[in-house]
Amino acid sequence: MTLLPLAAELASWTLLASAFLAAIRLVIGPGVADRAVALDLLAVLVVAYAGLRALATGIDAYLDVATVLALTGFLGTLAFARFIVRRTPTRLDRAARKEGP
Amino acid sequence: MSLWGAPLWELAAAAMVAVGALFCLVAAIGVLRFGDVFMRMHATTKAGTLGAGLVMGALALASEDAGSAAKAGGAVIFLLLTAPVAAHMIARAAYRSGARLSPRTWIDERSDADDD
Repeated sequence: MTLLPLAAELASWTLLASAFLAAIRLVIGPGVADRAVALDLLAVLVVAYAGLRALATGIDAYLDVATVLALTGFLGTLAFARFIVRRTPTRLDRAARKEGP
Repeated sequence: MSLWGAPLWELAAAAMVAVGALFCLVAAIGVLRFGDVFMRMHATTKAGTLGAGLVMGALALASEDAGSAAKAGGAVIFLLLTAPVAAHMIARAAYRSGARLSPRTWIDERSDADDD
């Protein structure tokens, strides 16, 4: 085995271990923001793995996979952030509730 | 130019792949071990982006045509542009929704901010 495929193989196992650790954090939480961070890391790990596949196989399409996954991971994180903000009452909401209608 | 029978670019690309995967592992360990959501975000944003960026940089170094090298470079730039934005949004959302700081954190400069 030449040097570069060997390095890609070792790096794939390392990325698998990293994804396992991130999945543990995804399961145990404890908050929505922790899970969003774990999902973000998982998306970045899959981007790196797609790059490794492109390196090991020479197939160019994995590069497009990596780019699109980076895009969707970013948009997913933004959506999660909006979701967390919107389900939290702001100071104005609390003041309005205290005053009554 | 070669070293131990391998061309120099291949050595550099293999080293970048190995170091990048190690940075990804460090990011995952940080996400698992750190105490609150802000520290975890620091681990995934910096170490994770650096790891994936190194792997894609190795790909750009090892690719044969300029098109795929440019694609890999574009992916790296995209990661570098979006990671701070995503981390900022998540941190702001987490703080506003009342995420607890780690008990070992002793500076909270937003604690008396009244803009939310």
